[in-house]
Amino acid sequence: MKTTYREAVRAALRDAIQRDSRVFLMGEDVGRYGGSFAVSLGLLEEFGPDRIRDTPLSESGFVGAGIGAALGGLRPIVEVMTVNFSLLALDQIVNNAATLLHMSGGQFNVPLVIRMTTGAGRQLGAQHSHSLEGWYAHIPGLRILTPATLADARGMLWTALEDPDPVLIFEHGSLYNVAGELADDAGPVGIDEAAVLRPGEDITLITYGGTLPAVLDAAEQLAGEGIDAEVIDLRVLRPLDDRTILRSVGRTHRAVVVDEGWRSGSISAEIAARISEHAFFDLDAPVERVCSAEVPVPYAKHMELAALPSVERVVAASRRAAGSGG
Amino acid sequence: MSPLQSQSVSEAGNARHLLQQMLRVRRLEEKCVELYSAAKIRGFLHVYIGEEAVAAGVIETLTAEDAVVATYREHGHALLRGVSASAILAEMYGHAEGCCRGRGGSMHLFDAATRFYGGNAIVAGGLPLAVGLALADRLAGRRRVTACFFGEGAVAEGEFHESLNLAALWQLPVLFCCENNLYAMGTALVRSESQTDLALKAAGYEIPAWSVDGMDVLAVEEASRRAVDAVRSGGGPHFLELRTYRFRAHSMFDPELYREKAEVARWMERDPIRLLQATLEAAGQLPEEEWAALQAEVDAEITAAVGFAEAGTLEPVEDLTRFVTSEPAISGGSGQGRDSKSRESRVAG
Repeated sequence: MKTTYREAVRAALRDAIQRDSRVFLMGEDVGRYGGSFAVSLGLLEEFGPDRIRDTPLSESGFVGAGIGAALGGLRPIVEVMTVNFSLLALDQIVNNAATLLHMSGGQFNVPLVIRMTTGAGRQLGAQHSHSLEGWYAHIPGLRILTPATLADARGMLWTALEDPDPVLIFEHGSLYNVAGELADDAGPVGIDEAAVLRPGEDITLITYGGTLPAVLDAAEQLAGEGIDAEVIDLRVLRPLDDRTILRSVGRTHRAVVVDEGWRSGSISAEIAARISEHAFFDLDAPVERVCSAEVPVPYAKHMELAALPSVERVVAASRRAAGSGG
Repeated sequence: MSPLQSQSVSEAGNARHLLQQMLRVRRLEEKCVELYSAAKIRGFLHVYIGEEAVAAGVIETLTAEDAVVATYREHGHALLRGVSASAILAEMYGHAEGCCRGRGGSMHLFDAATRFYGGNAIVAGGLPLAVGLALADRLAGRRRVTACFFGEGAVAEGEFHESLNLAALWQLPVLFCCENNLYAMGTALVRSESQTDLALKAAGYEIPAWSVDGMDVLAVEEASRRAVDAVRSGGGPHFLELRTYRFRAHSMFDPELYREKAEVARWMERDPIRLLQATLEAAGQLPEEEWAALQAEVDAEITAAVGFAEAGTLEPVEDLTRFVTSEPAISGGSGQGRDSKSRESRVAG
């Protein structure tokens, strides 16, 4: 069937609430307004205010309440409007959600799902555009998901809700309107492994979330130049599936990591480090990285685009990697 | 007439029980200080000495079904909630027999069996959890109460305001218990709050609120019982400001430069244990031999707990990465009793 990323997330929410009476959605504007990004449009009318719960603008309070509700036996889905705003709830996410299981010696798990948007590209300025999922991927005790495809938008929530531990799902804001075909019987998907979305022999392009479309376009362009690129969609930033990455790099001997976060201390830095730790002698060229410019994301369109990874920059980095060594 | 003075003979049994509960906390913590000084236990250690009437009076009014959320000064809450002194001390020793297998320590005591949810070392960090626990009860149609303890320092935190607002907005069954000991670490309330009437702050959120003499355990119990009954019967959140005082420093590292010794001495004249003991003695309800027996019983409990903790074992270092994420159940179900290693262990290296 033809659907959009937004509709796929909504279908996943509807399905979760119908399937399990412990599940409810809570967040700013999720009810009467229909969701800041129209993801939950219509769900309040369908399920009522106990299951689709509007909250005040108090991220720490309602994220913490989600943790408490999870401790109390429910399966909350908490929506935070953007990753920038999630910083107001960082104490609850890091000091409680991620930590309670360990501090309690295994007694208290926190089966909570937090969804939020991430990423730039819509001229929203710095405070709505950052890509901080890599920060969250730093934290033991959290599972970090970055659905980039319709199948993952539809299926990751189901699996996340079955995880006994806190799961953060980052939905890139520029993906909501992406349309495409989704199997009529699309259901839960695994949340352990990265996916090879395009097999190739000459170079491995590694990315996730909002930059996946650009990377796939770059791979097509490279194919026209005789460079056969393999594209890996990480899907899960923690725990990171380094096996899939290493298996691919072991064959292609070249890697480019594309990450909308800033280069310094980023998830791409972690991936590059793991490749150098575990596949150094497989490499025929230095690992390349395409990240966002180290600036707060600017408003002006040309400046914003210049700050972000682009097809051109991915192609250029891939050419460099393909041309060097070997 | 205060509840202490009006204590009747028929209630004497309960009063003696409360006296014993307060004494258990006092003796446990005196032992903690001793063990800390002997370097048997480490980390930050914040004792509750002087504030025992608060935990004893409130927790007495809860049922086993209710939940308790507390702060980093929570040894007393844990003990009175039903966590054994042995499990608490073993935790402070960092031993596997501790209530959190040595991963929590003094500031992070937890116990699922008694619904004791910490042990939160971030000031005000437990308040949103209490709201969520109460929300879970509300949505599941359970008539349970969540008692949330926090200090007066927490009222300056955003989470205090967010939590009171949410609890009142959604009419959730939370009893907010503000332990006002006048100092947020070393900063006096008057130096940190524009409005020092804390019950008034809570009332600003349309939450029924009272200020109570937190050195008078019977007054605390009476006020708490009234509030818990109201919360349980659907009256929404309630707030108690419990005016108390810690006789010791904020933590073992605190030189206490911010308050006069005379002030401490004045408050120590209202030691909640001595107050109740004297009242019972004056009313002829606590014969000397009974008081001696009660003390001996408490001393024996703490001595045994120290022995238990001393004899404890260390968790194997190979288990370092356990409990970061949940472990797959061996034979269905969830929670404890799992043996396999964390799912992240393969990438930990």
